[in-house]
Amino acid sequence: MDPLIFGFLLSDGLISGALYALVALALVLVFAVTRVILIPMGEWVVFAPLTQAVLLEGRLPATVWLSALLLLVWAALDLRRGRTPLLLALAAALVVAAGYLGLAVPALAPLVAILVVLPLGPATFRLFFEPLPGATVLVYLILAVGLHFVYKGLGLAFFGPEQFGLPALLAGEVAVLGLPVPWQGIMLVLAAGLLMASLYLFFTRSLFGKALRAAAVNRIGARLSGISVREAGRVAFLLATGIGALAGVLVAPLSNASYEMGFLLGLKGFVAAIVAGLSSYPLAVAGGVLVGLLESFSSFFASAYKEAIVFALLLPVLAWRSVSSLELEEEE
Amino acid sequence: MIALLLALLLALPWVLPPFYQTLFVFYAIAALVVLGLHLLTGLAGLTSFGQAAFMGVAGYTSALLALRAGASPWVGLLAGLAATFLFALVLGLLTVRLKGHYLPLATIAWQVALYIVMGSWVALTGGRTGLSDLPAVAVFGLELRDPRLYHYLAWGLLVLYALVLYRLVHSRHGRMIRALRGDAVAAASFGARPPELKLWTFVIAALGAGIAGWLYVHFVRFVNPSPFSLEASIFYLIMAVVGGVGALPGAFLGAGLLTGLEQWLKDLVPLVLGKSGNYEIIAYGLILVGILHLAPRGLWPWIEARLPRRTPPLPEGEGLPPRAEPLPEGPLLVVEGLTKSFGGLLAVNGLSFEVHRGEILGLIGPNGAGKSTTFNLLAGVLRPDAGRVVFRGREITGRYPFETVRLGLVRTFQHPHLFPEMTVLENAMLGTYPRTRAPMLSSMLGLDRVEERRAAAEAYRALVRVGLAEKAFLKAGALSLGEQRKLEVARALAADPVLLLLDEPAAGLRAGEKRALAGLIRRLREEGITVLLVDHDMELVMHLVDRLVVMHYGEKIAEGPPEAVQRDPVVLEAYLGGAA
Repeated sequence: MDPLIFGFLLSDGLISGALYALVALALVLVFAVTRVILIPMGEWVVFAPLTQAVLLEGRLPATVWLSALLLLVWAALDLRRGRTPLLLALAAALVVAAGYLGLAVPALAPLVAILVVLPLGPATFRLFFEPLPGATVLVYLILAVGLHFVYKGLGLAFFGPEQFGLPALLAGEVAVLGLPVPWQGIMLVLAAGLLMASLYLFFTRSLFGKALRAAAVNRIGARLSGISVREAGRVAFLLATGIGALAGVLVAPLSNASYEMGFLLGLKGFVAAIVAGLSSYPLAVAGGVLVGLLESFSSFFASAYKEAIVFALLLPVLAWRSVSSLELEEEE
Repeated sequence: MIALLLALLLALPWVLPPFYQTLFVFYAIAALVVLGLHLLTGLAGLTSFGQAAFMGVAGYTSALLALRAGASPWVGLLAGLAATFLFALVLGLLTVRLKGHYLPLATIAWQVALYIVMGSWVALTGGRTGLSDLPAVAVFGLELRDPRLYHYLAWGLLVLYALVLYRLVHSRHGRMIRALRGDAVAAASFGARPPELKLWTFVIAALGAGIAGWLYVHFVRFVNPSPFSLEASIFYLIMAVVGGVGALPGAFLGAGLLTGLEQWLKDLVPLVLGKSGNYEIIAYGLILVGILHLAPRGLWPWIEARLPRRTPPLPEGEGLPPRAEPLPEGPLLVVEGLTKSFGGLLAVNGLSFEVHRGEILGLIGPNGAGKSTTFNLLAGVLRPDAGRVVFRGREITGRYPFETVRLGLVRTFQHPHLFPEMTVLENAMLGTYPRTRAPMLSSMLGLDRVEERRAAAEAYRALVRVGLAEKAFLKAGALSLGEQRKLEVARALAADPVLLLLDEPAAGLRAGEKRALAGLIRRLREEGITVLLVDHDMELVMHLVDRLVVMHYGEKIAEGPPEAVQRDPVVLEAYLGGAA
């Protein structure tokens, strides 16, 4: 293989690896805190750029109404909780206002899109997962699959089956070691690095981040020290949705976006997350990059078997991780 | 009730409209896969996202044999099942040892890989367009092209598979499979070999999917990869969970409900909303979420809780034959120079003692003395760094508990390792596992009934001995701590112990319960069982044991009858602190 092709595959793999790493990070975060394997994550990742695309076409995307509706239902459920319903109603109004702002100022569309998608995560947690505390991982998983169906169906209803091309946030290419790499890709990789660094700081330096980690390690212990597991779950979902929406907006100009991409995207993020044992953030990032590189190189050698190779090569990785991990048997 | 259901099943194809005739065949096909998941996921706790791939293996094998070699579908069934068996064996060997979340992901990995091979190896499989014109299945020259006839084939195979599974689940193997999931250490302590049992569970579930795949391709008489995708596997898992993955009727409920739901939604939603295409999947997802909110453990447990309960008859008849071979002369258990360290910490250091036949020996010591480590070394949970353990004249150093339990070295657990979802009797029957022989195949065919009856009688006798007989059919989860301890002992008794290892049996018991426990242990000694007891409770130990071994910092500091040990200055110093 000549070095140019090698370099091209490498940069391609790193760019999609950064995307998978972000999705994996979000999945690990959510799983560690709530024990939910968040299958609808992929849908939320594509909802953000699709929302942006519809805004750029001069229409108000239906996701705005969905977000506002979920927030209002949440407010109705928490009606007796002091100021909470008021704040939630305010957030719903804000989402709608942001939607109109995005229509008026197209430059703000990416930001508005992220803002619109953001409430979906925590609201979904409040509406569908919180009423079933202490269910098994399997039940949460099936619940998540059901929600994946709902969001996928909504995606088709809202955006239609066609692919949307999106303008790059940063146009043009730059030569890296004689290789043309789109600025957008570099931005994605940089953003991924930045996000990871800030998550690292959040979890190690801030009290709230530490509380979140505590809730992940030992739920009962966390509750005894005054940490609300429910609140931790909502924050985990909020962070995950935020990471996903940002990743979606950043990657869409490179690869277009359509409603059905979410599942495979989520699955590959999940693969990366599993490589990390659903518990280690640095390994989730490594797993994401590994999946991206595997995919990129195997698509060159045997494109029809691209995904097959990614998944088949995982078996030895899994065996190795399983042997080397010290975790006890799952009690599910 | 069952006769009524069978009659209904026989009559159904002739009263249903054609659309539902076809639907019922698909129902049977789905139920076959879901039944396998009931065993694999519900009972053994191994979540699989790869069952549809096994359908594909059998389906493609049969299709290719029919099209390329002109083989009859019946040959195809055998070959398909053989291929499924081999695939499941190899993938199972790779997968079942994986821990925690790695196992489900591994199943996703080979599911996706196999699916892509089915779609991309065009020369062999015809790719995504698939292979058409498969032969129909023929019985005595009668071709089953009509769904009304195929109904009998599909449901016949399903009922057979369900019967085999029912037999397996209610056999010694089934009890162990259920135990394994909650607690592999406890299962191994009563003679199970966890990896082997998991592997066979995996293979049996895959064979169910294999039959389903074969039925599928010869029913639609066309094969392409789409029914064997990851999405299909996930659908089967959904059916299993919605119906209630822990119970056999749940598989029928889940498969029927969701097979129907999908079709109804396709018809109904366009009628209601006037549009089609987008909204079924939303409704499907919402209904799924709704069901799980209504019945998080699945529909069958929800229904079962509302059905009247039936108490099965008490087990009677003779128990299992007692241990035949006589015990050799000399001490029953010899421990020599036993040593175990964890990193830099020397937990047990050169410990030696003997246990004589027919005595109650107490192993005591202050916290951190190394009692629990010694116990685990003897029970085979830990392996010693040095030293020997000889039981009944045979060296058992570092042997696994599933080997030593067969020799009569039986333990209880300090924190009861019982299975709350199983009845008290079933928990006690786990103890009979090392004493029973029926291989898995004869259990599946129902050839183990005599042995099963005797095992139940034996377990029931053990419950009578500890005073739990009237609770035999309660779930073990409903017992108090004192009763759980008794059940621990009963399970050990059912294994016909020569030497009973009791790990802090009195911890957390009330005074009355302690007295009852002491009485029970004395009775066991009178029946000829030797007891090694580890406990903190001085009052219990001093009044119960014949001899004591006292440990401190991993070493033996005293040995002898309780009165002598009580006066030993070294022991007093260890317990009360050595200010003097």
